Order: sequence, then structure tokens, then C-alpha cells
Amino acid sequence: MSLPPLVEPASELSVDEVRRYSRHLIIPDVAMDGQKRLKNAKVLCVGAGGLGSPALMYLAAAGVGTIGIAEFDTVDESNLQRQIIHGQSDVGRPKAESAADSIREINPYVDVVIHNTVLDNDNVFEIFEQYDLIVDGTDNFATRYMVNDAAVLLGKPYVWGSIYRFDGQASVFWADQGPCYRCLYPEPPPPGMVPSCAEGGVLGVLCASIGSIQVTEAIKLLTGVGDPLVGSLMVYDALEMTYRKIKVRKDPNCAVCGPNATVKELIDYEDFCGSVTDEAAEAVIGSTITARELETWIKEGRDIDLIDVREPAEYEIVRIPGSRLIPKGEIVSGAALADLPTERQAVFYCKAGVRSAEALAAAKAAGLKNAVHVQGGVLGWINQVDPSLPTY
Amino acid sequence: MKIELNGEAREGVATITEAVAAVTDARRGIAVALNGEVVPRSEWDRPLADGDAVEVLTATQGG
Ligand SMILES: [Zn+2]
Repeated sequence: MSLPPLVEPASELSVDEVRRYSRHLIIPDVAMDGQKRLKNAKVLCVGAGGLGSPALMYLAAAGVGTIGIAEFDTVDESNLQRQIIHGQSDVGRPKAESAADSIREINPYVDVVIHNTVLDNDNVFEIFEQYDLIVDGTDNFATRYMVNDAAVLLGKPYVWGSIYRFDGQASVFWADQGPCYRCLYPEPPPPGMVPSCAEGGVLGVLCASIGSIQVTEAIKLLTGVGDPLVGSLMVYDALEMTYRKIKVRKDPNCAVCGPNATVKELIDYEDFCGSVTDEAAEAVIGSTITARELETWIKEGRDIDLIDVREPAEYEIVRIPGSRLIPKGEIVSGAALADLPTERQAVFYCKAGVRSAEALAAAKAAGLKNAVHVQGGVLGWINQVDPSLPTY
Repeated sequence: MKIELNGEAREGVATITEAVAAVTDARRGIAVALNGEVVPRSEWDRPLADGDAVEVLTATQGG
């Protein structure tokens, strides 16, 4: 389905701009008209991370006249394996500022607008309203559902992409013309089922594969060229090296864009997506220790069984001394219940404290009444007890 | 009746709901494509036909 251009053309390009964009101008489908539309376009990228990096760089190079960056985070060394808009000297800087500098270096004719803030229910409308199109490169379900609902309620199109390990998905969600994110995924997965990239990892270059699809779709929508991914989900498998398109229809029962929509304003997205299961939230009450307390327990020679519930690859990177590995999945499924201690006190930890809370809930349900988990996980241990260990 | 489930031949699966259950315990955060087209959750009880290709997709949050 082809659509009319989203943006009116700017009145003219300068001589410098004509020189710069000549390889676009000689494509008949883009030409002067399309390039002037890009110049007039205002695009917001939510997130300057894995997807945001290539997306922002190519949006800038393509000559999108106004580019907004919504990002509150700072650059961490573990970002640099994939977040190519930032460099070594940017570590510790706000990502929005680092990304803005890179954009200005790529293309001085772009107006960069920095939103160095957490996008939330109170500011999302005000920020989105300033743009023609949104590119979603966030890293968590709560923000993804908020972006979707805000875009639907404002009637804005957005280009969505998500990545995990070797797999990526991308689509254009625009309730006025086709389905929205909730038509595809009405609800997020239960907390803990789908790991984030911080927990499960991501092949760095995957960001470029999906980010470039997002920018391609953005340019098509802005200039009215080709058939955008409205009503289609692109599924990329880097291991098989396949791209497949799956048709997505508007769900007549969609809670936000259907005829009987129940979501008419923004909701509590943290609550909707849940960071931990109800069982885990209950299990940790009175059964949570800090990394410092764990250090004291170890020094006192307390009879504990310290169990790391992460995956083997993570255990290999860094671990708390004296721990043994039983991945959370094996505890939750019941497969490893026989490996849990019967008398000694079990102390669970993971990377940051979510998976260990789930393991704790399962262990308590299996009868380990005195089991505890470590708040903040191995990252808390590194932070509070042994900063010489590597974070990841 | 033979269907294809996530690229592999499969028998004894009569509906989309059953196909999902064969792949994952989760009911949320899942999308199902039947012959290349996503089927809304409300229609998961639809019976499958011989030769149908079912694909269960999982939402990912990474960016
Ligand atoms: Zn919808």
C-alpha cells in the first residue's frame, strides 16, 4: 500500500545542500521534491542506544531537517559494542548530548533537539506533538507500549523495531492507516519470560540491520515513496540470514485502536508490563539482603549455599566467589529442585535482582522457607564490595 | 492432519491455541502467523487445515 508523503517540501535547498544530497537528487523517485520534504521533516528518535545509533546517524546523513533525541541515559562502556553513535571519549556523558555531537559532525544542516529526560506520561504528548514521525528504539516493554498508545492517541505514525541476540523485528504502526503495536502484541509477555538485551545479549551489528530498516521506512513515509511496512511485520533472522514479511491486520478487539477501545488515555505502563511477577514481589518481602550483608555473612563463615541463577555465559564473565550455578529456568521449571540445599540456607543472586526474585519465589514454594536473594545481584556486589570485578 | 509449526512438520495439532501451547507456556507477548498472516488472539480457536503453516512469534523488547 503506497501512501501520500507525510511532509510538505521545503521551499528550497541551498547550493551546499544540493552538493551534499546529489546522490539522492539523481534518484528519480526521490529527486529535488523528496529531498525538500526530508529537509522539512521533523523526526523524533526515542532512545539513542542500539537502534537509535544507526537510525539517528542515517536520518542525519539523509538530510532530515529536524531530529529530536529522547534519551536520559549516559554512555557506558558496554554500550560501545553496538551503539556506534557514541565513542570511547563519550563514556559517562549523557547519550543525548553525545548523539547530538555526532549528528552535527555528520551533517551541520540538521537542527538537533535534545530531550535529555525520561519519556513519561507527563511529557510524551508534548514531545511527540513537535514531530511528524517517531522512530522507536527503546529497550523495554513499558516504554514501547507508552510510545504506541501516545502515537495512536495523537494519530502519529511511528517506525518500530526490536532486537534480541540474532533476531530482529520491524514494522510501521499507524492506527489511522493500519494496525498498531497492540494489534500485533496485545499484551507484553509475563515479566521474566523475555530477557532484555542486558540480560540475554545482542549481536552488535544486528542494530544496523534493524535500524537501517527503520530509517528506510521513515524516509519512504516522509517522501511518499514505495510501499511502507504499514500492515506488515518484518522478521529478520541473522543466523539463517532471512528476511520475512508477515501480514498484520488491525485487530477489531484492539484495546487502543479498535472500535471498542478501552484505553482512551495513557495508563500505568510499569504496572501493565510488571518488572517482576506477583509471586516474586511477594517472595522478596523480608527475604532480601544487600551485597554488603552477603559479604558479612561470608566473612562470618555462615553456613549458606550461594546460588547464581544466571546463564552459564554470564557466570563465566563474573561471579561472586564461592557461588555455584543453577540457571533460573531450571529452578522455576522444577528441574533443578533436587539440587537445592535441604538444610543450608540458600542465597540466590542474578545480575540485578529480578531473576533471583523469581528463583526465590519458586524455592520458597518448594519449601525453602529461609531462602533469601541479593538485592541488586552481582552488579550490587561489584558496586558495593569489589569494584575490581568487571561489569557487563 | 499435518501442519508446519515454526518450520517443522507436526501432527495432532488442531487449533492455533494448541499450536501455541506446543511451543510455549506463555499466552501474553505472543503473536501467531497462519500462512504468513497474523491471527488476532480472539481467533485462536480457529481450526487448522492440512498443510497450514503456523509460526509463533515472541515479542522482544531490546533496542
Ligand atoms: Zn491496535
